[in-house]
Amino acid sequence: MSDLSVLYDAPGPKAKRNATIGSVVVGLALLAVLYVVYARLDEKGQWSWDLWGPLLDPSNEVFELVWQNLGTGLRNTLTGALVAITLSLLLGVVFGVARVMLGRWARIPVVGLIEILRGLPVIVMMFMAYQLLPALGVNYEPLPGPDAFWYMVVGLTLYNLAVFAEILRSGVNSLPKGQREAGLVIGLTPLQTMVMIQLPQAFRTMLPAIISQMVVVLKDTSLIMFLGQYPELLYQAKIIYQDLGNTLQTLVVVGIIFIAINFALSQLAVWVEKRMSRRSAGKSIDPIMATTAAPVKV
Amino acid sequence: MNVIIDNFDLFFQGFLKTLGIGLICMVGSLILGTIIAAFRVSPVAPLRAVGTLYVNLIRNCPLTVVLFLIAFGLPTIGINQSYYFFGCSALIIYTASFVCEALRSGINAIPAGQAEAARAIGLGFTQNLRHVILPQAFRTAIPPTGSVIIAMFKNSAVLGVFGVSGDLLGNAIILTGSRGFDPVPVYLGIGFFFLMITIPAGLVLGYLERKAVILR
Repeated sequence: MSDLSVLYDAPGPKAKRNATIGSVVVGLALLAVLYVVYARLDEKGQWSWDLWGPLLDPSNEVFELVWQNLGTGLRNTLTGALVAITLSLLLGVVFGVARVMLGRWARIPVVGLIEILRGLPVIVMMFMAYQLLPALGVNYEPLPGPDAFWYMVVGLTLYNLAVFAEILRSGVNSLPKGQREAGLVIGLTPLQTMVMIQLPQAFRTMLPAIISQMVVVLKDTSLIMFLGQYPELLYQAKIIYQDLGNTLQTLVVVGIIFIAINFALSQLAVWVEKRMSRRSAGKSIDPIMATTAAPVKV
Repeated sequence: MNVIIDNFDLFFQGFLKTLGIGLICMVGSLILGTIIAAFRVSPVAPLRAVGTLYVNLIRNCPLTVVLFLIAFGLPTIGINQSYYFFGCSALIIYTASFVCEALRSGINAIPAGQAEAARAIGLGFTQNLRHVILPQAFRTAIPPTGSVIIAMFKNSAVLGVFGVSGDLLGNAIILTGSRGFDPVPVYLGIGFFFLMITIPAGLVLGYLERKAVILR
């Protein structure tokens, strides 16, 4: 029922009038709220061009410097996210396949590890990557340093490998049984069947979910600012607003950058999902809910 | 391991605080999320626009940015509250957008015939939603909403480094930082307590799913 107009009758003259009145009332109420917020911000001088200029006015003397900083931040955010996504996809495939293919007893440690990794907050993972890995013999530079990149990547990877493993597992499980059986019948080993027949299809069915999870990774990179000094987008924003005192303005701009990238990615997921639903053997999966819904069913 | 036994009260208080934040934000985000979902399916166009805008903006924005905007923005427009209030509001506002999408996916999963049948027997929009659509939508929406809520419990850890003191991660930082304990047992300890929240929550969710499943 994606066409929601089925919820109510085609409006007659009376319903149309009511809807119009409703729209006007709601619209006015909204404008009133927005005006109060605007006026209060105006009272504090938050609309002043001194605060917005460095971000929006190309002729401003620090405009270029500010955007150079934001550009570096964006590049670092994307690099971090990309490295974390690649690593966690690779490891996620290994864990997902192991979980599907291992026998009942051999599976237990894999399931346990996935459940533990999935059950911990990403930010705790980052703190653990910083605090626990040295005990395992990994030597970092002291905290305010370039190695914050690695706490971020390790933290993100540990969490997301479990998520990707679960996404791929539910993708493999959504395939018709005949796919695997046909593979075995033509003489492939179970592993070959998995790699050559099941995984490619699972990957395709779950591509929307994987893309949606990329949005999550991209957003979570900003958590590192609570731990290290990796110059990602939000950290760069902090440097800028601590310098220029335009906290809200910089945050709004950074928020818009994040929203633009993630919105594009989300739309890509929806588009891929629409294309896929015609072509794969697996059931189609709502891309918006897939990342959250898929891993839950254990 | 003595760290955990000697400071058990600190761990346990942190556990209760994290659980408390999670429960408050769970109730808040379920209420706000339901309201926004109602906006998104309503016949009043501006409400639909607000709902869509809200979801698309908040869902694509990192929680940290929402937190900072709330914590710096609300005082600017004259709302001065504790960090606890700001933290919980940000978490509720952020999570509500996901709850809304989960509920909406529940509504989308209902066959159009249900709504048409309800209209055919003369139910209006609110009656239709209340008696026919939402009771089914809530059941279908339980798995995605549940995972959103579990994710929220995990996200609440961010509040501990944000200025809300006394939760699990906040206490861990105090123990390893100013009190100088060995980080290994401390972090294993808070990891254990986080799992004490998320794993039972997952089991409860699984139980609810099996109870509420609709065969179509």
